[in-house]
Amino acid sequence: MIQIESLNKSFNKLHVVKNISVCFNKGEVVSVIGPNGSGKTTLMKCLLGMVIPDNGTILFDNKNILHDWNYRNDIGYMPQIGRYPDNMKIGQLFEMMKDIRSNKDDLDEELMDAFKLQSMFDKPMRTLSGGTRQKVSAALAFLFNPKVLVLDEPTAGLDPIASEILKEKILKEKKKEKLILITSHIMSEVDDIADKVMYIFEGNIKFFNAVSEIKKLANEEKLGKAIAQLMSQTTHA
Amino acid sequence: MLKLIKYVVYDILRNRILLGYTLLLLTVSLSLFNLEDDAAKATLSLTNLILIIIPLVSIIFSTIHFYNSYEFIELLVAQPLNRRTILLSQYFGVSISLFTAFFVGIGIPVLLYNASSTGLILLLSGMLLTQIFVSIAFWASVVTRDKAKGIGLSLMIWFYFSLIYDGLILFFLFSFNDFPLEKPILALTCLNPVDLGRILILLKMDISALMGFTGALYKDFFGSAFGLIFSIVVMSIWIIIPMLFAIRIFNRKNL
Amino acid sequence: MHNFFKNIFSLVSSTMLLMVFLANFISENINAKEIPVCATCQFKNIQAAINSANTGDIIVVKSGIYFENKIQINKTISLIGENNPVIDAQEKDEGITISANNVKVSGFVIKNTANGSINDFAGIRVFKANHVEVSNNTLRNTFFGIVFQDSKNGEIINNKIIGENLNQTKSGNGIQLWQCRNIAIKNNYVTKHRDGIYFEFSRFCHVENNLSEENFRYGLHFMFSDNDWYYHNVFKNNGTGAAVMYSKHISMLYNDFENNWGDASYALLLKDISDGIIIGNHFTKNTIGVLLDGSNRINVTRNLFENNGWAVKLMANCMNDTFYKNNFIANTFDVSTNGTLYYSYFKNNYWDKYEGYDLNKDHLGDVPYRPVSLYSIIVEQIPQAMMLLRSFTVDVMDKAERIIPSLIPDLLKDEEPKMQKNKI
Repeated sequence: MIQIESLNKSFNKLHVVKNISVCFNKGEVVSVIGPNGSGKTTLMKCLLGMVIPDNGTILFDNKNILHDWNYRNDIGYMPQIGRYPDNMKIGQLFEMMKDIRSNKDDLDEELMDAFKLQSMFDKPMRTLSGGTRQKVSAALAFLFNPKVLVLDEPTAGLDPIASEILKEKILKEKKKEKLILITSHIMSEVDDIADKVMYIFEGNIKFFNAVSEIKKLANEEKLGKAIAQLMSQTTHA
Repeated sequence: MLKLIKYVVYDILRNRILLGYTLLLLTVSLSLFNLEDDAAKATLSLTNLILIIIPLVSIIFSTIHFYNSYEFIELLVAQPLNRRTILLSQYFGVSISLFTAFFVGIGIPVLLYNASSTGLILLLSGMLLTQIFVSIAFWASVVTRDKAKGIGLSLMIWFYFSLIYDGLILFFLFSFNDFPLEKPILALTCLNPVDLGRILILLKMDISALMGFTGALYKDFFGSAFGLIFSIVVMSIWIIIPMLFAIRIFNRKNL
Repeated sequence: MHNFFKNIFSLVSSTMLLMVFLANFISENINAKEIPVCATCQFKNIQAAINSANTGDIIVVKSGIYFENKIQINKTISLIGENNPVIDAQEKDEGITISANNVKVSGFVIKNTANGSINDFAGIRVFKANHVEVSNNTLRNTFFGIVFQDSKNGEIINNKIIGENLNQTKSGNGIQLWQCRNIAIKNNYVTKHRDGIYFEFSRFCHVENNLSEENFRYGLHFMFSDNDWYYHNVFKNNGTGAAVMYSKHISMLYNDFENNWGDASYALLLKDISDGIIIGNHFTKNTIGVLLDGSNRINVTRNLFENNGWAVKLMANCMNDTFYKNNFIANTFDVSTNGTLYYSYFKNNYWDKYEGYDLNKDHLGDVPYRPVSLYSIIVEQIPQAMMLLRSFTVDVMDKAERIIPSLIPDLLKDEEPKMQKNKI
């Protein structure tokens, strides 16, 4: 589905992404983790076309994404902090997104319904709480039934009920053979939904394994502890 | 792109600052026209306002709008959209909104009280200056990542064109007083859109006789129909060039 | 003061002289007869009627067109036009030439004198003749209009002098005095000539209540002419309103100078004159209100300067000029100068740009006003700087300079500026 080959990105002298090559397949939920400033956000942004890599290629369905934007019809993106024009109403935001996206027929309004957003369609964005804006972002990401979902800290700021709804939704979409990339700091959450964990440290992939494999390697029941152990091994090594 | 522009305009037109700006312009122009018996004199006072306030508000408002929309622009970039489309839709959205404010605040009063050729040139200059400083604001916003730096840069640019540039011209005139300066000054005027706007308006007024007193070539040039078209073309270049640069930079920008 | 008495004296003496002559005139008129001129009269030609007339006769010319030129009046007669008869000189020569005392020419339309560069052809010329009255005539397309030469005690009243030439070189002066004394010029209208009214070596003359507009050069022009008065005149849309040069003791009172707008237009240009008074005039919408060049002891009081480019240009070669109780309103530059001035005084003027205060409530500002702005000095030195007119930079510089003066002449200031407008 997505193939990244020897990708590099520097900001001034800071080499943020160091020659990363990786492959994501459909039907996977991949959790991208790593400390702050490790380069995981930059990698995601490269994938979304928000950051333009210095060199290396990203293939989406075997097509190079450089200077292309049509492939983004197949990506749903949920940003970590959703900020929208102050005076735009929720309803207008959805209308606008529908205007932008090409697949208008096959809409997935499950999250919209679950979060009861329709009842707030007339509210301007500036009056919304951070949690409600996250719900809006999430609903938008899933709305167009994209093949790939990129979710940046999806549950941060959501109440427990909404978090649960979102997790359920992620698992449901996985069954539809979709590729879901999640960055998250909450290990229990990763443990619940992720198939694979990609750990990035100082611009390199330290490991990229299935969750079960990681637990086996570290000989731990809980993913959090397993990863902590692996991390200490890698830093010691 | 038209649909995107529609949403941006819809958002900005509900902005309180823009509303305040419109009311400020409207209050000032109406009170000038009502206090002053002579519409031409009111127009002259309005010229000063236009040459200072319009560029300042245009550049600062556009810059702040750009940074406030930064996350939204990020989200749009992650959508199946061309980056140029995204930037231009923001650009035209801001321009249309500022145009509306200008038209309501200055345009309608001028058309009601002094719809002379001077009044029309005043409106034309005001609109061109609005557009020019929106373009420059977008360029400034795109080259800096930090909001504070961006606004600082915009303020500097405004300060440069409104105040420093003419000081430099004066310095230049003092230094090269012994040389024939008419043509260099003509060129220097073109390098500052605010000066161009000012000259365009002044030459339509009685007061231009003062200018004819010492700068016949200058007056003849800008006072002619050719000069008018030339000035409009130069000001249009001032609109296009910064925006072209802004698009180029934005296309490669890491958000 | 001495000069003032001299003026009064000359005025009184000339009036008395006039009365004596008038008495003479009436006594002569007892035997006078009236000679009509018309198409069906005995005299069909004006010159013929004059030739046969005796001193004191009145020649009455009925309406009609008379193709005559160079009509010579060399005896004391009155030539009166009835219902505006037209004398058409057909561009051959002058209209009427008067060379006798006590002649009156009134009520004619005089057209189409010759036009040339060697002779100054005039509509009506008065040559070495005293007590001549030229009144109620209309002059059209005359090279020069009414010319008085070496004459005394004449009157030019109620004439309309309309030039039809379209440029300065082909146009003479509307009214011209050359070496005259005591001439009154009243209620005339002069337009489209080189100078509306022109004086050279002429003294004790009064110019009153005339309208001079759209003349190519000056509305009124004095050269080497002392002790003249002009008052209640209107000078509009001329190249320059009035130019007073090389003259002394000129009184300029209650005139209106309007709209002398143009690249180098002055309302009033003073060049090498002294001891003049300028009182109660209105200077409105002129490129330059008053230019004082080499002019000394001029008293400028209670004038209104409004909407001019420069209200006053005071050159550094002027001395002891006083500006008292004038109003300066909405001028681009109030006063400009080309050097550091020491010898002129400004007092109790009203300046609309004054930003001071009056704490002791005596209607006078407590801080002095400096009417010369920094920008006006810059423009004086570098004319090209005019391109920065109305620039924000210039406004800021001027404000800063007024607060902390460093370049503007320190001594040129109004120590007691008025808080309210002066009565004018």
